[in-house]
Amino acid sequence: MHPVLTLVVQRIALGLLLLLAVSAVIFLGVAALPGDTAQAILGQSATPQALANLRIEMGLDQPALTRYFNWLGGILTGDLGTSLSNRTDIAAAISQRLGNTLFLAGWAAVISVPLAILLGLVAARYNGRWPDKLISGVTLSTISLPEFVVGYIVLYFLAVKWQLFPSVAMVFPGMGMMERLNAVILPVIVLVLVVLAHMMRMTRAAILNVMQSAYIETAELKGLSPMQVIWRHAFPNAIAPVVNVVMLNLAYLVVGVVVVEVVFVYPGMGQYLVDHVAKRDLPVVQAVGLIFAAVYIGLNIMADVISILANPRLRHPK
Amino acid sequence: MSDALLQIRNLRIEATSYPPGEPPRDVVLVDDVSVSVEKGRVLGLIGESGAGKSTIGLSSMAYGRGGVRLTGGTILLNGRDIRLADARALRALRGREVTYVAQSAAAAFNPAIRLMDQVIEACLAHGVMPRAEAEARAVMLFGKLGLPDPENFGKRYPHQVSGGQLQRAMTAMALCPKPDLVVFDEPTTALDVTTQIEVLAAIKDAIRETGVAALYITHDLAVVAQVADDILVLRHGKRIEHGTTEQIITAPGEPYTQALVSVRSIDHVEKADAPAVLQIQNVTARYRGTHFDVLKNITMDLPAGQTLAVVGESGSGKSTLARVITGLLPPSQGRIRFAGRELAPALAARTRDDLREVQMIYQMADTAMNPRQTVGTIIGRPLEFYFGLRGEAKRKRIQELLDQIEMSKGFIDRYPAELSGGQKQRVCIARALAAKPKLIICDEVTSALDPLVADGILKLLLALQAAEGVAYLFITHDLATVRAIADRIAVMYRGEVRRYGQKTDVLTPPFDDYTDLLLSSVPEMKMGWLEGVLDSRRMEAAGN
Repeated sequence: MHPVLTLVVQRIALGLLLLLAVSAVIFLGVAALPGDTAQAILGQSATPQALANLRIEMGLDQPALTRYFNWLGGILTGDLGTSLSNRTDIAAAISQRLGNTLFLAGWAAVISVPLAILLGLVAARYNGRWPDKLISGVTLSTISLPEFVVGYIVLYFLAVKWQLFPSVAMVFPGMGMMERLNAVILPVIVLVLVVLAHMMRMTRAAILNVMQSAYIETAELKGLSPMQVIWRHAFPNAIAPVVNVVMLNLAYLVVGVVVVEVVFVYPGMGQYLVDHVAKRDLPVVQAVGLIFAAVYIGLNIMADVISILANPRLRHPK
Repeated sequence: MSDALLQIRNLRIEATSYPPGEPPRDVVLVDDVSVSVEKGRVLGLIGESGAGKSTIGLSSMAYGRGGVRLTGGTILLNGRDIRLADARALRALRGREVTYVAQSAAAAFNPAIRLMDQVIEACLAHGVMPRAEAEARAVMLFGKLGLPDPENFGKRYPHQVSGGQLQRAMTAMALCPKPDLVVFDEPTTALDVTTQIEVLAAIKDAIRETGVAALYITHDLAVVAQVADDILVLRHGKRIEHGTTEQIITAPGEPYTQALVSVRSIDHVEKADAPAVLQIQNVTARYRGTHFDVLKNITMDLPAGQTLAVVGESGSGKSTLARVITGLLPPSQGRIRFAGRELAPALAARTRDDLREVQMIYQMADTAMNPRQTVGTIIGRPLEFYFGLRGEAKRKRIQELLDQIEMSKGFIDRYPAELSGGQKQRVCIARALAAKPKLIICDEVTSALDPLVADGILKLLLALQAAEGVAYLFITHDLATVRAIADRIAVMYRGEVRRYGQKTDVLTPPFDDYTDLLLSSVPEMKMGWLEGVLDSRRMEAAGN
């Protein structure tokens, strides 16, 4: 088998193992929470008989290990359980929410990743001169402000003062693509501003690091222009560190956008999780936690795989 | 001088230096140097490090490394002054009229791009010829430079070919856009001698066949004598002497040139046999996780107070042998006896005396010292660790050691960054000596130094051996060094000892094939040596 394939398969297997471990930790963490789920649902006035019935109905009388494997088995077959608070199927509720979150995160990523890399390349090209300082200054200010502040500033100008875009990111099933885009444009802008700096700085640092190499001098002595040198000779060797930071930020776009969702009243995963934590809806918390973990692990595996593929020594062994 | 391709007049090059703890100041790297290269001629630039050779070489493309500035004089390339040309004009000539071959091709090739794309890149960037034609030319050059399978060579990535092949590929890359001038910057310095001779011959043929003019930069006069028509000797950024190769080699005018020509004149008579301090018995070793013996059944003795030179090319297992002796790599078979006792295979099982009596000096003195410690701290550490010396007693001993390495007391509070290459290596010697060892393992200790500085280090080592009775295991790839210092020699090749014995025996014919190849590959300071060796090799090959 090609060594790269071996490495990639290894990474994926490790990722799955990690996910299994995370599922156990999530389950244990939730199980260790003080309080009794049945009591929480039925309230203080419930009779002991009613509590016992509910426990049997929910399988709470069984040992933790059995419950864990039941839960795991359910997940593998696509059954994430039933919400305690409104008795609906979690999988159905999540799939819509996850779709919304991925839509928002996807657009933010599509804009921010190329933009960050481009700005990073430009900043590296004009290292220490005014374009570099301008790019660094602007992106660092947007990352330094808390996201809700960025959110409200954007809201104030673009939605209230100039009334260019809707202030509330309302989306519902059956909405057209353009309508949807128009609805999410403000949160997308905020997310882009929030994740831009990190990726831009890493691209710039990685490029500047590679620019010290002897082969950059070779390229310069061939009479290539500075941008050709950066794009053709420096960037391919800077992919690995950049990809890692890009993936961390993509993961953040999926799992860390609660605040932005709240500001724009966007029906995504973050709000869903926060709502159900407040209601002590443990099955939902477990399910969302596992999905967030899977996103993190998946994106990091992707970063690893891309780094492996970007390394010619691994791709083309001697 | 109308047919001068490159004419540099009164060139002055400056840079800003940032000495630690002092305000930055401008230093002059090259002062009032004039160089002229005519079409189809090869000019050798020779000098030690810091002589400004590379700086002058790169100035032919008006390129300054780092903060280097070309502050005075004229650089006429094809009749126009390029010293103050703008970036666009410079890009148009770099890689087109003048190309560059770097010292370390391994570092100068982009690891992420196939060789062919790099070799023809300048051709395409300057529109010299279309891709298909450029690729055909590259394949032709690969063949001319003796690269294996020229048709497919370019499909490989840099890490897939050897160092000698990369250096030839770099030459092909420089010749591909049909430049007027090629700057060769120490193109064979990083190679093994047996590889150097092949690359040198390939470069020489390529220069002759393409009729290109060249600047050939090196610190090795014997090498430049093989390729250059004229030689310019530089020192500290100033011109020392300029003449035809023959005149410089046979009748050098300036004392400095004479010193360069007669370098490595140390006459070391081997000592009589003596009881061994180190006995390596049937040692076989491999690195963990590999299935390949790096050392195969090695046996050799080192008499007390003498020098055993271990010679071989990269990959021959010399440095691994040092790791086995020091206990860093326990051997899979065999044993090591030292000063009448058996050494434990692994470092952790050795006593403090075992550690003290075997010391090491490394090739890169730079990286072998903590840059944040002063010379006094560096030399004082073994004094504390092995002898418990403190305060005044320690300081006194440090001064004695500095005396021994011929450095003044003033160095005690200096940092490594404030020392020259030779001084750094001396401090490393003092540190090894501080432990009062019976054996010092010297791993390529002079390889990174200029010939004259290296000579000084070798003389110092010999003097210290006479005074202290310490034995050296001297690892090197340089046969001239071996002649200068060894009492015994072991020639290693691919983990085996090919030839072993007293120096005169090892260096006296009849040789085995490998030793013969190794010895005959060392450049000699006379013109026509390269052709002579290659002719005799061809005749031998034909005779067989």
